[in-house]
Amino acid sequence: MRTKKIVQRTLLYITLIGVAFVMLYPFAWMVSASLKYDKDIFIYPMKWLPKSIDSVLYNYKTIFTKISYGLFYLNTTKLTLIITFIQVLTSSLAAYSFSRMQYKWRDKIFLLYLATLMVPWHAIMIPQFVIIKSMGLYDNHLSLILLQSFSAFGVFLLRQYMLSIPKELDEAARIDGCGHLRIYWQIIMPLSKPGIATLIILTFNSVWNDYMAPMLYLESKSNLTVQLGLSYFKTQYSMQYGLTMAATVCSIIPIIIVYIFAQKYIIDGIAHSGLKG
Amino acid sequence: MKKKNRSSKNKTETIKGLLFLTPNILGFLVFIVIPIFFGIYISFTNYNGFNKMDFVNFDNYIKLFKDTFFITAFKNNIFYTVTSVPLTIIASLLLAIALNRALKFGGFFKTVYFFPSITSMVAIGIVWSMIFNPTKGPINMLLSSLGVDDLPKWLSSSKTALFTIVLIVVWKNAGYYMVMFLAGLKSIPKELYEAADIDGANGIRKFWSITMPMLSPTTFMVTILCIISSFQVFDIINITTKGGPGQSTKVIAYRIYEESIKNLRFGYGAAMSFALFLIIFIVTLIQFRGQKKWVNY
Repeated sequence: MRTKKIVQRTLLYITLIGVAFVMLYPFAWMVSASLKYDKDIFIYPMKWLPKSIDSVLYNYKTIFTKISYGLFYLNTTKLTLIITFIQVLTSSLAAYSFSRMQYKWRDKIFLLYLATLMVPWHAIMIPQFVIIKSMGLYDNHLSLILLQSFSAFGVFLLRQYMLSIPKELDEAARIDGCGHLRIYWQIIMPLSKPGIATLIILTFNSVWNDYMAPMLYLESKSNLTVQLGLSYFKTQYSMQYGLTMAATVCSIIPIIIVYIFAQKYIIDGIAHSGLKG
Repeated sequence: MKKKNRSSKNKTETIKGLLFLTPNILGFLVFIVIPIFFGIYISFTNYNGFNKMDFVNFDNYIKLFKDTFFITAFKNNIFYTVTSVPLTIIASLLLAIALNRALKFGGFFKTVYFFPSITSMVAIGIVWSMIFNPTKGPINMLLSSLGVDDLPKWLSSSKTALFTIVLIVVWKNAGYYMVMFLAGLKSIPKELYEAADIDGANGIRKFWSITMPMLSPTTFMVTILCIISSFQVFDIINITTKGGPGQSTKVIAYRIYEESIKNLRFGYGAAMSFALFLIIFIVTLIQFRGQKKWVNY
């Protein structure tokens, strides 16, 4: 009986390690390739480490002369910060209204928010595109900021968190003469920190990784985001594997850093909300 | 007197409530709600992005049934859905079950499995198309060293391209849905398993009689999310194959993008998107109806 258990455990660990290998392999391969000259990348059997020390930095140095990655990083960071800020501020106000205030059309308006979560992105892609063009915002970062700052998802997520905060807290504050704004800012917001952290991270992640919207709305080189720059780089230098891999590694690094520090919030947010950011 | 007082109090509360909503709802109405209705309107016109916007009744919708490109895209999408959805669910469920116990390094495995799902499709697409490179990619090198003669061409052959994309997407999303399944598994009361142990039930019996029924709400939600997202697949296709080789990986969302943004047939593109929206809506509705049969709350 005991040996059976040990065998089962061992098999389980072997499987788990095997799956982990499959999950990490592409990333390891990408890093390894980015450190090599093209001629060494596809050698079989594969060597994980580069042959010579010279090639280690070669690809990374070269991409920054071929592509204005610094600028793309700046653009993406700017977009991410602004969109996340507007998203958190306006969503939390709306979520406060939906969860702490009593008024006539509240639940009907919330239902409208929920209903739009069901609408697939391509159903509104064309009208959004037409509206943005007619506003003269094509090839302008404002287009992405306006389109991505007001998702129903953020309101939904924060409302869920706020509903779990006991009502007695704001009743007590009300008796002490606090208005809604003060209750929102001094009681509900501090208590919703985990929810807000989750929303910040999920928004960061989705804006950083977004490809479709920048592709539709941005054109001039000075406006490109990291993902878009990377996809153009791939088209232009697709035969230069080492360079492409170095550019790809650079695009993923911020996500890895955020994931290391904030994975608890990402995973909690997904487990609770069941919706992709 | 009292009544009047209350109604005016209600009124101020309504105004305050709406004021809190205003910053968000303005953007929400202009950039999400209005576009939905505007899109329905566009789908009944021949709008091309410039001057013409004549009403054409149901022409765009009728055209859908004759458009062989659309029909191909529809078929491709159905193939993508019926392969990627079950594979994703099985993979993520198995991973969740494997990790749902006291394990050394359990947290590490969870972190690793989840990681691909937060990376960008652009990066994933680029790396996998190199790994799947038919002549020198590591996968085919491994296969040929194992003595496989007829090496698969993966993304470069119209026979295998779409399924290769399915594999990439399952690899990327399995960890994401695993997290949802893990949350579902955690909520199953331990007493049920203890009671089953006393009754002498074995592992397989416990899985089918306790785990699966208790997990069915999560399974239901994951299924719906998977199906909805399978009808929206776009990024990975635009990065790896651009719909090719031939028409083999042209899915509905790609076809919509091509017709509307590239060919400037906004009216027809909008009709396609709403037809697709209807499909998704109906599938979801059917599932909500059907859930009574197999979902236990």
